[in-house]
This record gives sequence, structure tokens and C-alpha cells, in this order.
Amino acid sequence: MITTLLYSLTGLILFGMGLFTLIIHSHPLRKILAINVMASGVFLILIATAYTPLGQGEIDPVPHAMVLTGIVVSVSVTALALILACRVQETSNRTLRKKTKQPKNTKGPKS
Amino acid sequence: MTTSILTLFDSILILTLLWLGWRLLSSEDIFKAVILFISFGLLMALAWVRMRAPDVALAEAALGAGLTGPLFLAALRRMNRTRKGERRLDSDEKREKDQKTDTEQT
Amino acid sequence: MKKGKKIKKQTRNRRRPFDGLQALFLFLVFCLITLLGAILSNSPRTVSGLAGAVASLQDQSGVESPVTAVLLNFRGYDTLLEVMVLLLAVIGVWSLAKAPFPTPETDISPVQMGVVRLLAPVMCLVAAYLVWQGSHLAGGAFQGGAILGAAGVLLLVSELPWLHAIPVYVLRIGLVLGPLVFVGTALSCLFLTGTLLAYPKGTAGWLILLIETACALSIGLTLALLFGGGRPESDVPGGDSP
Repeated sequence: MITTLLYSLTGLILFGMGLFTLIIHSHPLRKILAINVMASGVFLILIATAYTPLGQGEIDPVPHAMVLTGIVVSVSVTALALILACRVQETSNRTLRKKTKQPKNTKGPKS
Repeated sequence: MTTSILTLFDSILILTLLWLGWRLLSSEDIFKAVILFISFGLLMALAWVRMRAPDVALAEAALGAGLTGPLFLAALRRMNRTRKGERRLDSDEKREKDQKTDTEQT
Repeated sequence: MKKGKKIKKQTRNRRRPFDGLQALFLFLVFCLITLLGAILSNSPRTVSGLAGAVASLQDQSGVESPVTAVLLNFRGYDTLLEVMVLLLAVIGVWSLAKAPFPTPETDISPVQMGVVRLLAPVMCLVAAYLVWQGSHLAGGAFQGGAILGAAGVLLLVSELPWLHAIPVYVLRIGLVLGPLVFVGTALSCLFLTGTLLAYPKGTAGWLILLIETACALSIGLTLALLFGGGRPESDVPGGDSP
């Protein structure tokens, strides 16, 4: 009982820390890291609610199955988000370069 | 006796988890944060075992250490290279570049 | 060093004006956490959740492990959709980026080569064991697939040349193998028993093992390709399939 509460509160604090970092920081990789920590917190809460001490009955397997599914999905979502972040940076880099180059090219017709 | 040992284990594990989580979220260096995240995942696997969820622990250990960490590291390297302007080209860009150098040579 | 200092200064300067806003966010998050904590500590404890229900139906599920029974029998629909999510993730990554061009001559250090030669077969063996073990102990398609994926990452990191010689259609077939087997089983169950994913009596164990094996292969390939970071080049130069 106490253990359940202890671990679910830990999950809650992890979730809060992740949420705060997600809001505060601007770097995309740090945001994705924060989302992963938040996910860990949620999983911890779910598993902790299913916990029963040894010898006091069966463990509820349904949250376990849900968390197992959730972990795999969170990894694939992380991969997709990372590729998106990379592509955004690459594209913005290219447009930035074009913008810095453009004044030289457009000077002619303007003047 | 066993309950007191378990309580000790619980408190150490929880404190380490929270401390690691805070360190990884507040560290200035992202590379350090990623490494801390991998160790955070492994400690999470320990917590799953403590919660009597060995299935989840197996998945977390394999995915957290074997996949999420390398994914982040690869993305970090790719972003650093893009910032420096020496990104690895994909095949289309490589072909274009080759054609350019060919036409320049001739 | 200088660069690091510069970046630090920049972030500090950028953060300073938002200090009030940061405090506000901290306060809001703190309020949210306190409220959720109060709800968590006051929530009524159901006696044992669904543990009893699962245990009473365990004999009919065809497997001995309760988690596998929930994943692939009682809540098979969820797992089917989850495999589809993985497939969608790969489709998303492939449509966003192309795989980087393989470096022509990579000097793989002999130590790394030795490690790969030693570890990759062992990892495949462990993955197969985990899938087989899933019917009665901890393990199953996801764990086996994860270890297969980690083995794939190991191979990708060491940039073995024969990896680029694999034709893309083989990869595509591998990706859809798991979902196809799963959907095929679900549909044939629909025809045979009238309910989606309600296995005919006595065949549940074998069907679950079949689905798990196919899904583990697909999940491993999916995770490795997610690490690959983009659509691999088709082997015909210039003849990209759209």
C-alpha cells in the first residue's frame, strides 16, 4: 500500500519535472527527452497501481500489457519526432543560408 | 527484517531516479543528458522488477538502452553536423554533387 | 571551450527576461502535481483490478503467462493497432528523410568487427528464446523484437557493406509481415468463429506463437530501420519508386 503510493508519487514528480522542462527549454532534443521522462512517470504510476506485495495475491496483468505496448509506441514516436526535428533544422538551415546569400543576388535588379 | 531492507532499497531507488531525472533535465550539455537518460532507463528497469513486472523490465532494458539512447545520439550527431554544414548527403544530393563536379571538370 | 562558454552565455541571456514567466509555469506545474497527488492518494483501491478475471480465463487463452494472454488473446485488438502504429512510424520516417549515402570505404576496427561477429548471433538467439519463452514466462514478441532491433542497430552502427546490398522490397516485405499475419489471423478468425480475433478452440496456443514470431521479426526490423534514419535507396540507380 505504502509502496504503491511511494512509487506513484515518484512517477508524478517525474511527470511534473518533464512537463516543466518541456515548457521551459527551446531545444527540440531536450523537449523530446522531457517527453520521454514524462512517459516514464506515467508508466510508473500505472505499474504502481497494479502492484501487490509478494504473497498477497495475483498481480493485475492488464496494466502491464498496456505499459508494454506504451513503451514500444513511445520509442517509435521518439524516432519519428527526432527525424522531424532533424529535418526542421536542416530545412531552416538551408533557407537561412539562402536568405543570407540572396541580398548579393538581388542587389543588381534593385539598384 | 525483509520489509526494512525493501524500504531501504525503495528509498534509495526512488531518490536515485528523481536525482537522475532532475540532472538529465537540467544539464547544460545535451550529450550528457542523453547518457544520463540511458542510465535512467536502466534504473527504471530495476524499478519494474521491484514492481513485479518482469515483462516490462525486459522491454525497457532492451529498448531504453539498446534503441532510445542510440536514436538520440544519432540525432544529436546529425544536428551537430548540420549546424557545421557538413551533413552526410543522401543519394540524390550525392548524385547532384557528382554531376556538378563532373561538369566543372569538363 | 570558448564556444561552450558563448552558448552558455547566450542561453542565460535568453532565459533572463522570462524569469517571471518561468516562476509562473513552475507554480502552475506545482499546483497540477499537488492536485494529482491528492487525487492519487485519495483514490479508492479496487481490490485486485482485473487479476481475478484474467486468472479465471487463463486456461482458455492457450498460454500460461498472463501478460501474453492479455496482449494477444483478451486484448488482441490493442496489440493489432499497436503493430500498425509501428508500421505508420516507419512510413512517416521514410517519407520525411532519405538514408544517408553509404560511405564508400569504412575502416571498421577489428575490435568492433569481432564484437559484432560475437554479439549479433547471440542476440538473435536470445530474441528467439524470448519469443518462445513468452508463452509461459516473462517475454514475448515485443521483448524479442526489441533485442532483434538492438542487433540491427549494432549492424547499422558498424556500417557493414552488405547491409546496403539488401534489396528494398525484402525490407518492405519484412516490415508488413507481422501486421499481415496478424490481420490475416484476425480475419480468418472472423470467418471461422464470427468474432474478430476469437481463436477457434484448441488452436489458440499455436496461433499466438505464429503471430508472435511474425510480429517479433517485423518489430525488430521496424526498430532497426527507425534507427537507419530514412528511406534506403532502391538498388536501381535513378529508378526510385515513389
